[in-house]
Parts: sequence; structure tokens; C-alpha cells
Amino acid sequence: MKQKRRTMLYIPGNNPAMLIHGGTYGADSLLLDLEDSVALEQKDSARILVKNVLKNINFYDAEVCVRINHLDTPFGMEDLKEIIPLKPDAIRYPKTETIEDLKRLVTVMEEIEDQHEISHDEIKIHIMIETALGVQNVFEIAKLCHRLDAITIGGQDLTADMNIKSTKDGSGIDLARKMIVMAAKANKIDAIDTVFVDIDDEEGLRKETEKSKNLGFTGKAVINPRQIDIVHEVYTPTEQEIRKAYKIYKEFKKKRTEGIGVFAVDGKMVDAPVVARAKYTLELAHINLQEI
Amino acid sequence: MEIIKKAQAGSFESSDILILAEKPKDTKGRVIQLNSIVEKQYGEMILKTVSKVLDEFEVADIHLVIHDKGALTTVIQARMETVLLRASNNQKGTMY
Repeated sequence: MKQKRRTMLYIPGNNPAMLIHGGTYGADSLLLDLEDSVALEQKDSARILVKNVLKNINFYDAEVCVRINHLDTPFGMEDLKEIIPLKPDAIRYPKTETIEDLKRLVTVMEEIEDQHEISHDEIKIHIMIETALGVQNVFEIAKLCHRLDAITIGGQDLTADMNIKSTKDGSGIDLARKMIVMAAKANKIDAIDTVFVDIDDEEGLRKETEKSKNLGFTGKAVINPRQIDIVHEVYTPTEQEIRKAYKIYKEFKKKRTEGIGVFAVDGKMVDAPVVARAKYTLELAHINLQEI
Repeated sequence: MEIIKKAQAGSFESSDILILAEKPKDTKGRVIQLNSIVEKQYGEMILKTVSKVLDEFEVADIHLVIHDKGALTTVIQARMETVLLRASNNQKGTMY
């Protein structure tokens, strides 16, 4: 079953307290951050701390990703050299704007992997789209390589790049959100929505997460453990939805053996797309399809 | 590894450790001053971890001032590595 990514929790790479407790917060995915949350004069310190934490701390079931610095900075190369040998689940690459950006990352990763006899399939790549140029090129970037497993929109940097205000309704980055979701879906990879920065506005977070889900995002990045439960509630199917999906999938299996592709459940037509949605709902609810 | 300048790593935050390193002034060998909120229970273990990292980096002469706020061994190792690389001018990929 595919890894769930309802929440991706940012953990500043130079914060020992948060790093060592990372696996206990309950997020589906953890982003150990070496980029924006780390001061320029602490880049070495954060890198060494994250390296040691990756070696020695148990993150339980959470996916572990490391957001490195861009290769155009003086830090990105060293980040990769230190982090790749520890085989995190994924490397998250910020400010991806062109296919050349991604090609360069893949080349450097593969060189380091070869030195350490690590397969090129083991560590996934997540990219962040956070500039207008990145949005413009996202369809080309998304189909470049099989290692690309998720695309995230970086809302704060994108609004800065566009010289617009970051508003709660996210109107300025609405088109970017939709383009990123389409690019991800077209390549069967995850799309992760940007963070909601007002930690105290729980209702606002819930509304924005519902909007993200309706747009097609697979999950949402979060900046505080308090935000995790709200996002999970939105992304977790309700009992009614699970029961309905179960009924559809069970009927689908029965009809399939009879050679019937289109049928009705509770008076409503069920065809392949409806079955696919039901299957996705059941997967989110951790229900084993083989046992239905 | 030779300590050639003063350096520090870590912080006073909870679960962290602040380590200051310099070349000893009038003496040779390792001079370690430890101050920890858990010194009675874990002081020995902290010093053991510090010594292990010093051995790994082959540091013979050093003066360390350590303020521990309950850091785990892995954090102590990380902060020691950082301060030694900084104090020996071997740090990479940083603006420090």
C-alpha cells in the first residue's frame, strides 16, 4: 500500500527537542529541515545534528524526508554528501524551477549513491515549487524522472516571488495550486499543499485543508504538531464514506467475476472511476482490499 | 586534530547542550568543565560521550566548557563534532 501523506511536519534541523520527538507527534511524514528554518551560520550544526538523529533516533512509522539547501547555495552539496549515506525516505529539493534543476539534483545524488553503493531507487525525491517560473515549468518537471514522488507548493516563497500579499483565502496562488495538482496527478505522484501559518486559527486551518482536499492535494504541510489532528480529520474518510466504499468495492469484485463492468449500488451507477475512488477511500482507511 | 581557535556549538535550549572549545592556555591535555541539569544522574555518561568524540577526532589538547540542558547522547555527539570542526577550522558548507 502506498505511503499516506496526509501531513508533512516541518521540524527545524537545529532543534534537538523537536527532532528527537519527531516520531511521536503522529504526522504521516516528517521534514527534517536544513533550509529556511536554519540560520546561515548554523547550517553545519544543523546538518551534523540531523545526520546523528537519522542514525540514532526511531521515527516509528513516519516517512522521513530531509529538506536540503539548493545546490546553488554554498550548503546544498555538503547537505547531500552527509545525508544521502543515511538513506532517508526522501530528499526534498527547494525552489525547483526548471528540468535542469531536477536533472542536476539527480546527477549529484546518483554520484553520491554510487560512492556508497546505494541503489538509485531507494531514496525518493520531493520537489518544492515556489516561484512563478517553477509553476510555469511544473508539467515538464513532473514527468522528468521516476524517483520524483511528490510535489509541494511553497506558498510563502511563491507569494514573495510574485510580489503579492499572502492572504488567508490564498487567492493569489490559486492557479499555482491547481497547476501543481494537475501536474502531480498526471504523473501519479502526490501533491502536498503549503503550510497554514496561523497556528492559533484552527477553524481557518480546517477550512483551508478542506479546500486543499477538494482541489486534489494528497495532504498538507504543517508547521506545528497541534495542526496534525485537524488535517488528519479532514483527510481521513468518515465511517459513512468507508461503509459506502466498502459496499461499492465488494459489489465490484462480485460483478467482475460475472464479467459485468457497470452496475448499480443503492440506485446509483457504478463504473471504473467510482470504483477507483472507493478503492482510494478504503486504502486511506487502512482496509485490506484482498480481504473484501 | 589541532584546536586553533575559539568556537561554540549548540544552545541553552531544553534537550540541547552548549559547548565552548578553545586551546588550553597554560597547560596541555584535556580540560573539561561540565555544568548539567542532570549532572548527578548522567554527568559521568556525558563526560564519557565527550571523551569518545575527542578520541575519534584525535584531540589531545583542548579546553571545553559545557552547559548541558538534558541533551541525549546523539545530540551531545553532534554538538561535539560541530564544535571540533569549527575550532579546528575544518567546518564545511556553512557561513560560520
